Amino acid sequence: MPTIVRWYVKTALLYLALSLTLGVLAATERLGRAFEPTYWHLFAVGWLTHIIFGIALWMLPSYTRERPRRSDALSWAVYLALNIGLLLRAVAEPLRIANGGRTWGLALALSAILQFLAALGFVINVWPRVRGPRRPSRQEKA
Amino acid sequence: MPRLSLWAVRLALLYLLIGFAIGACILINKGTGAFPTAWRWLGAHREFLLIGWMGQFALGIAYWIFPRYRGNHRGDTRPAALSILLLNAGIAMVFIGTFWGLPITLWGRALEAVAALSFAVYAWPRVKPTGA
Repeated sequence: MPTIVRWYVKTALLYLALSLTLGVLAATERLGRAFEPTYWHLFAVGWLTHIIFGIALWMLPSYTRERPRRSDALSWAVYLALNIGLLLRAVAEPLRIANGGRTWGLALALSAILQFLAALGFVINVWPRVRGPRRPSRQEKA
Repeated sequence: MPRLSLWAVRLALLYLLIGFAIGACILINKGTGAFPTAWRWLGAHREFLLIGWMGQFALGIAYWIFPRYRGNHRGDTRPAALSILLLNAGIAMVFIGTFWGLPITLWGRALEAVAALSFAVYAWPRVKPTGA
């Protein structure tokens, strides 16, 4: 399993544990309102999206023989944007719900933009890999 | 990758992008109030991402990856094709129903359920040891 895939999958597993642990807090009457959206998104974006991204990077048809996953740099950028965005949300959202405040509001906006950019980066990177049989590389064509 | 998987996975990626875009607007609104009508899109956000992106991506990959039958074929693929068609029609109906308040959400969900059944019936026998 390539390094970047291992990072995605292990991160997904951490989020699985974290989200379901947070789910216990989200089920309480006192903390439910503050933690409920965070719980769902740590599960859906943290666990499910990370594991899908990681396995897709690994398993989709290779881009070329030389660059099977097309751009690992973009995949790392996606990883960073997704995680910074998600963790920012995990901190800012409960605090915004509980206390209000412009700073936490702006942090949520930044979180939203980062997560969207991560999704965009992933789609851009894998789209050409969603295809039929492998096309020859430039060298093979020449 | 077979053509049906191509369609399913590409559609799933589009749902991912649209679903995250909607989610971003909702979250930005939550933080800043910039898009006050964004909450109207919450149903679409959930449907696009849970069913359109995750559900459909899994179906597309499963159709591609599951062990094939002897003779290296995927059997009668019509139920699988029908499931992808119905799934996307269902998602569209749920979106229209939740966004415009039209009484078609139930029918959209029914189409999604039939899609799931169709795929399950198709895929069940392919869940077997390779070569069997």
